[in-house]
Parts: sequence; C-alpha cells; structure tokens
Amino acid sequence: MSAFSEGSVVLRDITLAYDGCPAVHRVNGSFMRGSLTAIVGPNGSGKTTLLKGIVGLLQPADGRIERARFGRGGIAYLPQHAEIERGFPISVLDTVLLGHWGRIGWARGVTGELREAAQQAIAAVGLEGFERQPIATLSAGQFQRVLFARLIVQNAELILLDEPLSAIDWRTAEDLLRLIIGWHRAGCTVVAVLHDLDQVGAYFPDTLLLARECIAWGPTREVLVPPNLRRARQMADARPAKAEDWQRVPA
Amino acid sequence: MTLYDLAFHPFAEFGFMRRALVGCLALALGCGPIGTILVIRRMSLMGDALSHAVLPGVALGFILAGLSVPAMSFGGVAAGMTVALLSGLVTRLTPLREDASFAAFYLISLALGVMLVSARGSSIDLLHLLFGSILAVDNTALLLIGAIATLSLLALAVIYRPLVADCFDPGFLRTLGGRGELFHTLFLALVVLNLVAGFQALGTLMAVGLMMLPAAAARFWVRELWLQGAASGALALASAFVGLLLSYHLDLPSGPAIILVAGLVYLASLLFGPRDSLRARYFRRGQLAAQ
Repeated sequence: MSAFSEGSVVLRDITLAYDGCPAVHRVNGSFMRGSLTAIVGPNGSGKTTLLKGIVGLLQPADGRIERARFGRGGIAYLPQHAEIERGFPISVLDTVLLGHWGRIGWARGVTGELREAAQQAIAAVGLEGFERQPIATLSAGQFQRVLFARLIVQNAELILLDEPLSAIDWRTAEDLLRLIIGWHRAGCTVVAVLHDLDQVGAYFPDTLLLARECIAWGPTREVLVPPNLRRARQMADARPAKAEDWQRVPA
Repeated sequence: MTLYDLAFHPFAEFGFMRRALVGCLALALGCGPIGTILVIRRMSLMGDALSHAVLPGVALGFILAGLSVPAMSFGGVAAGMTVALLSGLVTRLTPLREDASFAAFYLISLALGVMLVSARGSSIDLLHLLFGSILAVDNTALLLIGAIATLSLLALAVIYRPLVADCFDPGFLRTLGGRGELFHTLFLALVVLNLVAGFQALGTLMAVGLMMLPAAAARFWVRELWLQGAASGALALASAFVGLLLSYHLDLPSGPAIILVAGLVYLASLLFGPRDSLRARYFRRGQLAAQ
C-alpha cells in the first residue's frame, strides 16, 4: 500500500441513525493520515453525528468505520457544546491536566513532567498566568483556549473538532486556527466541522461537503464549487424523509 | 450557669453524651465530603431518596433480630444498594431518567418498610427507626459508624479523581473509555453506607440531613471542592455539638435538634457567607450601583 492510500479513518458505506432516522446516510471515503479536513454542510446535515460515529459514541446502523491503531493519546474529540458545567470549582491547570487521562487514568499520580507539559500547553494558548484561576471566571473565548490546551496535552494522532471557532471573537479564532494548522504540520490527522467557507478555503486542504449524504469529498477548491453548494442547499431544503421511508432502505 | 456547665459538663458527666458526640464526629467526617460530592453531582435529592430506601431492610433486620445493630445495618445496606442498582439498571435500559427511576424505587421501598414495621412492630419502633435515638448509640453502633467513616474516606481518596472528572465533563471521559458508571455505582454504595451509619443516630428520615445541609452551607464559604468537603465536615460536627447540647439542656429529641441546628447554619451561610451568599451578591451590586 502506498502512503497515500493509508487512511487514518475509513468510512465504508456508513449510516448513522437516531431512532431509525438516518442523520448520515451511506457515506464512503477516508480521512488520510496527516490530512486536515473541514466538514461543511447546512444545519442538520449530519456533521456532528458523523464525528460522534468516528469517536465511537454512536454505533453505525449500517456499514463499518475502520480506525487505524492510534498510539499516544488516541483520539481527541472536542464537542460543539461540551457538557461542561462552567461554574464547576476547578482550576485552569486541573482542567488541562485532565488531558493526561490516557496516561494517568484514575489511579496514577501527576508527575512534574506531566505538569510541565500542561503548563506549556497553557502558555501555547496564550493563557500564561491563568493556571490557578477557576474556570468560572473565564470568558467564552478564554475557556475555548483552555479546551484547546487540553487537546494539546492529549497529544492525540486523530483530532476531531466540532465547530471549534464559533461563538468566539476573531482574535481567539485566529489563534486557535493557528494551533489547528500547527497540529496538521506536526503530522496529526485533523477533522473540523466549520461554517465559515472563507476560513475553509484559506486553510483547509481537504473538505467533505455533507448533506446527510456525501455531496463531495476531496481537495477544497474542487469541493466548494457552486453546483455542489447548490445541491447541498437543495438537499437541506427538501422535506426531511419520514422514518418509514428510510427504514425501507436495505440494511 | 458557667460556660463549662453549658458546653462541657454534659459530656464530662454522661457516657451516652460522649458516645453521641464521638458518633457524630465520625458521621461528620464521612458525610461532609460525601455530601459535597452529592451536591456537585446534582444528586442532593437522590441522597434523600436513598435514605428512605434503606427502611425496609432496617425493618426486616429489626423484625428478625430485634434492636440489633449488625442485623439492621446489613438489612439497610442491602435495601439501599438494591434500590440504587435497580434504578441504575432501569436508567441504562430505558429512556427513563435516573431521578425518576430512583423516585419510583424508593417510594416502593419506603412503603414496604412502613408496612413491615406497622405489621410487626409498635409505633414506638417505627418512631425509633424513622427518627433514631442518638442517646442510645452503644459501643457496637459506635464501632460501625467509625468503620464506615474510615472506609468512606479511604474509598473517596481512591475514586475522587474519576468522580470529579466525570461530573465536570462526562463527555470527555466517555470518549476516553473512563468507566464513569463503575465509579458512580461505587459512590452510591458509599452514600448508602453513610446513610446506614447515620440512621442509628438520626433515624432514616434525618440521616441525610447531616449529609446535605452542611454540604450546601459549605458552598457559601469556600471555593475549592476539597475545601468544601472539609468545611462541610466541620459544619456538620459543629451542628451536632450544638444540637446535642440543646437536646440535653432543653430536653428535646436529639436527631431533629441536630438537623435543625444544621439547617440554621445553612440559612446563616446562605444569607451571610463570604461567597455567593445573598449578602455577598446584594451588597456588591449596591456598591457597583453607587459608583
């Protein structure tokens, strides 16, 4: 096998469904090792669902998801709305240290080395000096920076981000985008759900355009062309299929 | 009446008061941190439900062996764990949420318990089981309470990190295969154990009071979680000390006296505590408006 065909995550005809209603329908393709892919598409097009499937939080109703063997930090996943209670009495440093979970689990102690790594990550996201601050005192943008620091500490080979740049100011978005590109340069496979097509066009080499089905998947400039975007919009505008219709699809 | 007469003489004079105080110290050590984690995991009412759920087991132990501490405790733990595990199972297998399935099982359990006691015992027995009698805590009960407090603190030290992490960001732990369920169940077992420790002294109705009220009050004093646990234990002990004295001097039932003092401590913290209390919020807003 050539290096090119080596997929980090391969989707084989996968369907992901909630209560028999597919949110992602028969998608084929692969995220290449070391690729930087944006997933775009209208609301309700299955972008978040696809990420959940890749992480393993949702089992495919049909088809198969093949993941390469990930050493190091495994898969890192940043959900769109983390179920995090922002008022929780925990410091920035402790939050970032959780990124070491794969190494320390519930029993092992945090060594000076691991603490050092967390402090460097906090500095890398521009929050030096905030280590002891409780997260309740942070702004939304600062908190997103903390979550990125935790991703750095996780040191995963596959990084999945669900709308990581929405609802934060442009300055923070720019800094975080720089981190994402840094991970790509370091050889990580990065998949991010995004809305801003200009951002995607400028920074993301590959794009998956999703509208429940895969509309197009490949180099960004070939994917984000008017006919594809029109088709995605039409699919989104079309009345959502009834559950019974979908259940007739051969399983 | 001197301060010595008021605060120390009852303990110096009477063995049952000393045993009661030592029992409360052990209870406070276990219940403080456990209550804090119940509050932070938004399970305050689940603690209440579990405290009612232990009744049929206690009643069965009472019917079979009389006022025997080991029999009643064992029954209580068995009944409490059954309710906890069954509720967890229903939550996992059906769309019913944990609070609803807990409510269903604890109500069944409570009704069964009251039925058992009223069928086989007198109303005095029922009162004893529901409200406890801290002045009748004997050495066996004291050993049991002490053992449960020791076990609770050691177990909490072991499962503290996954418990807190699972509560702070459950999604994160799930993606890493963090087995939050297992630690959740272990924690529920600790809650049941501490409620059983508490029921000897305070009764099944009041046992949860020493767990929840100080924990809710501690939140208005300190920020860090571990400090909240410590403060909660200290407030529980202080409430027990004052409650016991009130009960002695004014001839009041000790369980409700202790819990009422804990309630007053909670109300005072809510109003005047240094963090997020009504005074802190209201006062600060006034200051800003004046500028």
